[in-house]
Amino acid sequence: MSHNFQKDISGCGLIGIINKDGKRISGGFICKSLCLMNDRGNGLGAGYAAYGIYPEYKDFYAFHIMYDELGAKTDTEEYLKKNYQIEKKEPIPTAPVEGIAIHPILWRYFVKPLPEKAERETAWLPDDDFVVRTVMKINSEIDGAYVFSSGKNMGAFKGVGMPSEIARFFRLEEYEGYIWTGHTRFPTNTPGWWGGAHPFTLLDWSIVHNGEISSYGINKRYLEMYGYKLTLLTDTEVVTYLFDLMVRKHGLDASTACTALAAPFWKNIDDMPEDEKAAMTALRMVYGSALMNGPFSILFGHSKGLVGFNDRIKLRPLVAATKGKTVYMASEESAIREICSSPDKVWAPRAGEPVIVELETGKGQ
Amino acid sequence: MLTIDAKGIYYRELNSKVRDAVSKGEKEILLKNVNGQYYIGDGLRGETTITIDGVPGNDLAAFMDGPTLIIKNNAQDNIGNTMNSGKVIIHGNAGDVLGYGMRGGKLHIRGDVGYRVGIHMKGYKKQNPVIIAGGKAGDFFGEYMAGGVLILLNLDGKKDDRPMVGDYLGTGMHGGIIFIRGDVDKKLCGAEVGITDLDNEDNKFLKEYLEDYCKDFNLKTEDIMRVGFKKLIPASLRPYGNLYAY
Amino acid sequence: MFRSLAVPEFLAKIDQVKCIRCKRCIQNCGWSVYSWGGDKVLIDTFKCVKCLRCYHYCPEEAITIEDNPVKYRSNANWGFYQIRNIKKQAETGGIPLTGMGSDMPYPVLFDNLLIDACQVTNPSIDPLREPMELRTYLGKKPAKLEFEKVAGGKPKLKTKMPPQIKLEMPFIFAPMSYGSISLNAQKTLAIAAKELGIVMNTGEGGLHEDIYPYRSNIIVQVASGRFGVNPDYLNAGVAVEIKIGQGAKPGIGGHLPGEKIPLDIAKTRMIPVGTDAISPAPQHDIYSIEDLRQLIFAIKEATNYTKPVSVKIAAVHNVAAIASGIVRAGADIVYIDGFRGGTGAAPVIIRDHLGIPIEYALAAVDERLRQEGIRNEASIIAAGGIRSCADAAKAIALGADAVALGTSALITMGCTVCGKCYTGNCSWGITTQRPELTVRLDPEVYAERLINLIHAWSHELKEILGALGVNAIESLRGSRERLRGVGLDGQTLDLLGVKPAGR
Repeated sequence: MSHNFQKDISGCGLIGIINKDGKRISGGFICKSLCLMNDRGNGLGAGYAAYGIYPEYKDFYAFHIMYDELGAKTDTEEYLKKNYQIEKKEPIPTAPVEGIAIHPILWRYFVKPLPEKAERETAWLPDDDFVVRTVMKINSEIDGAYVFSSGKNMGAFKGVGMPSEIARFFRLEEYEGYIWTGHTRFPTNTPGWWGGAHPFTLLDWSIVHNGEISSYGINKRYLEMYGYKLTLLTDTEVVTYLFDLMVRKHGLDASTACTALAAPFWKNIDDMPEDEKAAMTALRMVYGSALMNGPFSILFGHSKGLVGFNDRIKLRPLVAATKGKTVYMASEESAIREICSSPDKVWAPRAGEPVIVELETGKGQ
Repeated sequence: MLTIDAKGIYYRELNSKVRDAVSKGEKEILLKNVNGQYYIGDGLRGETTITIDGVPGNDLAAFMDGPTLIIKNNAQDNIGNTMNSGKVIIHGNAGDVLGYGMRGGKLHIRGDVGYRVGIHMKGYKKQNPVIIAGGKAGDFFGEYMAGGVLILLNLDGKKDDRPMVGDYLGTGMHGGIIFIRGDVDKKLCGAEVGITDLDNEDNKFLKEYLEDYCKDFNLKTEDIMRVGFKKLIPASLRPYGNLYAY
Repeated sequence: MFRSLAVPEFLAKIDQVKCIRCKRCIQNCGWSVYSWGGDKVLIDTFKCVKCLRCYHYCPEEAITIEDNPVKYRSNANWGFYQIRNIKKQAETGGIPLTGMGSDMPYPVLFDNLLIDACQVTNPSIDPLREPMELRTYLGKKPAKLEFEKVAGGKPKLKTKMPPQIKLEMPFIFAPMSYGSISLNAQKTLAIAAKELGIVMNTGEGGLHEDIYPYRSNIIVQVASGRFGVNPDYLNAGVAVEIKIGQGAKPGIGGHLPGEKIPLDIAKTRMIPVGTDAISPAPQHDIYSIEDLRQLIFAIKEATNYTKPVSVKIAAVHNVAAIASGIVRAGADIVYIDGFRGGTGAAPVIIRDHLGIPIEYALAAVDERLRQEGIRNEASIIAAGGIRSCADAAKAIALGADAVALGTSALITMGCTVCGKCYTGNCSWGITTQRPELTVRLDPEVYAERLINLIHAWSHELKEILGALGVNAIESLRGSRERLRGVGLDGQTLDLLGVKPAGR
């Protein structure tokens, strides 16, 4: 897929909501909150990710794909047909919006890798890995096609426009999810490209992110060593793959992964009790190239929860709040108050200290 | 008294209304239903008192020179950025980078404050900026401090298990005074900081500052001063004199 | 006697009016340039190497050392040293020797690389006020970690970590043996390494008992001559290094003549006084990569797997494949010594014409190990021409875990890079064993200068990291995105994995 040669740089505002009891809410809420932070974006990108929106297809990978032209669609579908059972395919419903004159061709597919493994190109891969490979393959090899969402019972909706325009365009008020994340973007050097908007997703990981990761160069090379193809030159792509590597492939829990990405300082590690010191020292040694350095706040959604955290010296803002079983995280407190005027608790997480929220057992599935 | 309903109003319109009112000599303004509007009080001069109902947005009171802002709730980041004079009273918490390069006036916060509070505050001649925070503070409190007064009170004590002040306290400090209510762990301080007890003169100044603070929040100075303070001052006016080769 | 037709390189001159006949120059010159003529100091300028010892110790500033204006007729093809070496070879039939790294004007790619800095979109970080971390661990890292959760939710490490060398900053001192340098020079390195929290390396000359107190800051080396190697020695430091080659003289061995083997060196090298100390060109138990594996594990067995094993090689044409083999053979550290690396003695012809510069080698090795998915299996030390913190930062950005400093460390001890180390006459007491010369080098005094240098470079490195908006050295390591090339062709940029400036 086409992309700018230079590394993507952008500033942003972000918001996330999770209902721990799995209660689903309409996309209208998150849009309202995100619109309050319009000044954190510049209209060159906005997007949302929602979990729990496709309950009737919850066992299928939901591929959201954008095409520059129909030829790319033909090539992609040919590849999908060979390797996947396609339960349903349809255009992603959109509505005409004044500010959005041009947009890619948008389709979604509910698919399962073919059970006959011999039919697949790479027979030995487990389903998730095979889907990751498919996403990498389509995005890097089929010109004009870009998979922007590939998880189960979740989806990303994003494009070039202001948050309210993108929400109306994708008719988000018609979707109900138990986790929502939203992002308004202020890119400084990427011409408006729909795939470049956030959230960035892979399987059921979705990332929205504010700030620039100054360690991008080595984070990228580190991931490449594990077979990730970084085609977008965005920090958010890096974050998504780092989580995929550390959590899904290496089996670290979310909290340990966040600790590696925004690691404690040696000064503090040296003062820890022996066991913790050994664990943290090893974490920094082994995952040093994964350390995300520079300013960021990140919301990381997955089908069972939402994680928010910021960099090790807190150069980007993050505020969290709770109200009953709902947890909110945003760049600004006012964005939370816009949809929750009297939260039970509001706090600013400390540098590198993740806020980890998980669904109650059995909810949201 | 002029009341402006800020509900759903973009900051440019809101602040322009405020500027108009102030230029017409309005001495008391109430902003209702504020939520997230940036730059309230930005660059404003005069004697006006503006009361804000809701959570104001970033850069509140930036470059402000005179007015008093009263915020009944929490406030966000970058409050009092390069503020020249006047006063901001916040009944809730305040965010990060509070009073960056502040040259004068007062910030009184009842609750907690974020990271890099009082960063590079500076005093000159009669200008002496003061920030008093009633709760706890994050890392880099008083970073590069070059003048003025920072006071941290930790009034709500054991509300949570976070330390009253974060790491890198006063790192790069080369002017001004920090008063901390309670004990200070030397390990948290930058190398440029000296910790001492207060002398009579210090106590006199501190009391003056606190009396004004207590008036704003209906607190009692004696209650606050019952717990001992530590004073942090720069060990040198030129902490990096030996760093360079000529 | 037939006077050499190789014209002197330098003219030592004494202003007879200023000279007070104190004879300090006579005492100080290790090369016997000066002698007493009864009423004035006589000068044999043929012997002068421009080490400037006399100049610094003349109380009256009466001495000047000039480049000899009498050179051969200028010729773009036949340079001074080409003609001079032919004359010397004609007179002696020998191989001209030299010391230090090559002084030939090959391109130095470090000088064609520029480092990024932050503006607006990401903030620079203030290194003086905010934390800035240089700590580096050298050794094999597992690809991933396993933890078990214990009460309180703190992760407890399940994975067993391989042994590591802990460095407080990504600098180490390059291997320089007792023999090639004086014991006082080694002591200076050891004192500084300990104070700084880094390591020095014994080189292949064994470990003198005076250095034992610094064992937690020492890498012991095993080279083809196996001098001073026994089980105690292998276990004496924090790591063991197998020396295959040296950047200044890839593929050739060494020879410390018997006359330079007095009692103390003999004891340290564990050979009789007065015998030649010969280091064969290859290690004769390593004729192939599987033999290297055999030696690596022989050492790991002898040290009970408690020490990382480093393998030092010269940067040669096929260095990436060689390094990959070394890592697969089980080495924990690969030490790559570039073409411009220093030496105590090497044939000019070898030093100036064999091998490749460190920038190319480092870029190729780091990239190769990543492509093979084994970069975590070993740390990379880059050496051979690190002249400043800028070179070090660029090497780290290209992929080095740490850089090794030899010549720069010696310069803090008085060395002026005169390149005559092989003569054993070093007037600064560094590359000599003559007691009247080595006594000049007070380890305590000079260690302080060396510590100053490393502190200064550490500050500089922190300033660079701060400008880059990162606060830990691992965020620069291998981050070639933060380098840009100026004046480099496309192929070179491609090899370095660096974009041209402006892109």
